[in-house]
Amino acid sequence: MTAAVDTAQTTTIHGDRVSLLRVLGPAHVWALGVGIVLVGEFTGWNFSADKGGALAALIVCWIVGLLYTSVAMIDSEVTSTVAAAGGQYAQAKHIVGPLMAFNVALFLVFAYTMLEVSDAILLGDTIVAKAGVEGLTHNSFIAATIVVLAWLNYRGVLMTLNVNFVITAIAYVSIVILFFSVSPWTQGAVLKLNELVTPGNALPYGWIGVIAAFQFGIWYYLGIEGTTQAAEEVRSPARSLPYGTMAGMITLLIAAAMTWYVCASMMPWEYLGITYYPLWDAGKLSGSPLLENLLFIATLLSALASANGCINDAARAWFSLGRDRYLPSWFSAVHPKYRTPYRSILFLLPIALAFAFIADLNQAITFSILSGVLQYTFMSINIMMFRKKWPLGTIRRGYTHPFHPLPAIVLFCLCMVTFFAIFLGFGSQLIAMTVFYFLISLWFHFYRYKFVRRGDQFSMPWPKPQGY
Amino acid sequence: MWMGLSYICWGISAVLAVWMLYDWFKVDTTYSEDMLTSSREGELEAVSEKHRI
Repeated sequence: MTAAVDTAQTTTIHGDRVSLLRVLGPAHVWALGVGIVLVGEFTGWNFSADKGGALAALIVCWIVGLLYTSVAMIDSEVTSTVAAAGGQYAQAKHIVGPLMAFNVALFLVFAYTMLEVSDAILLGDTIVAKAGVEGLTHNSFIAATIVVLAWLNYRGVLMTLNVNFVITAIAYVSIVILFFSVSPWTQGAVLKLNELVTPGNALPYGWIGVIAAFQFGIWYYLGIEGTTQAAEEVRSPARSLPYGTMAGMITLLIAAAMTWYVCASMMPWEYLGITYYPLWDAGKLSGSPLLENLLFIATLLSALASANGCINDAARAWFSLGRDRYLPSWFSAVHPKYRTPYRSILFLLPIALAFAFIADLNQAITFSILSGVLQYTFMSINIMMFRKKWPLGTIRRGYTHPFHPLPAIVLFCLCMVTFFAIFLGFGSQLIAMTVFYFLISLWFHFYRYKFVRRGDQFSMPWPKPQGY
Repeated sequence: MWMGLSYICWGISAVLAVWMLYDWFKVDTTYSEDMLTSSREGELEAVSEKHRI
């Protein structure tokens, strides 16, 4: 590992120039993606049971899994070619254009910052719930989560993602331990799926309940696309990014299935749909103090891993905007010793703290999901344009996703269903966010874009696109 | 115990926040702005890959 750091340090400084450090491998990419997402198994996905019942939560687990498999495949192909910090922002800039890129970067920053806020609130609330002490509030735990993780990110990406790998792995293993501890092969002993999910209550609101459940079904996998933000810091982007992202997606599909099976077999859907701690509750219901404490710690670790990855990703998206002068170039500074986008990390720190202290968990989650789905909709259009402008064989791709254009069509259709589901639950927030992005686009087009060095922003040495 | 942990969290947050602000000030006053903002997108790509199929 030391040799890798030395090599990267000698190859990324060019005279007086300083850039991000290329030290990451596929395991770090996995830790970044799964770390951001895994908290969704510990809380979030279960609210889909409130929308449509336990069976609806399982149906959306698989259908939303299809949505995210499409996201992972499309992302892997484009990012293995556009290997730059900013991920989908850099993709949009090269493939669609500056206005789309600006919007995509804002989707990224909002999605990750709001997810970080949600994680910190969850962690604080979980500790307060465990303590059960009069007068204890979650504020100190929220502050410590956000500040300590910002400090970790400030000090370097390698340690940040090494920590994420360890805590994500512990949280994941805890789900596996819970699954095998409740004798999943036997019904009636601990698990009672056939009693809790019956033909009479499986879909209490019918198929419209399944559609409504999409809003929270997103939580099973929300954030896996964050792996692309590491593009400029992995040693071999064309290999590591597709490998880490696809491995992460497989890991999450398994975790989601195990989580649903255990929780739906131990709790009635009316309770499962409203609890904030489905896996921790499953640990309590198992009757084992060891499992209860393990799942409590795993809930905290999953929230930490998610917030850690979110700080990493939001800072890189913000940094990329500054580097292209879409925002003041002041944000594009790289720390000469730690090689991190330190000003972007510090700028986003008080914003996250402010939202965490004043925002409600449901509002923060909804803003995060909305920004994420807007981004996925863009990705379905982006891949169609990418394949049209640079067909296979015209540029080198680290990974080529199969069955094109089927994944893009599936992704687009499922995004439309999810928008409808969000409209059913949080229509006013959906409209408010759409208006916000429209107004900020006007500001960018009529004011900010004149500061952008137009020739410098397109950095990939690609041939001219077809049709131009 | 939990209240004590809460105070420790405030303390750690304050210490690390002050440390980051101090380091930020030190870096910004030690290095030139041109050097700090000299990172360029796709630098390694441009240097190491010619995109020949």
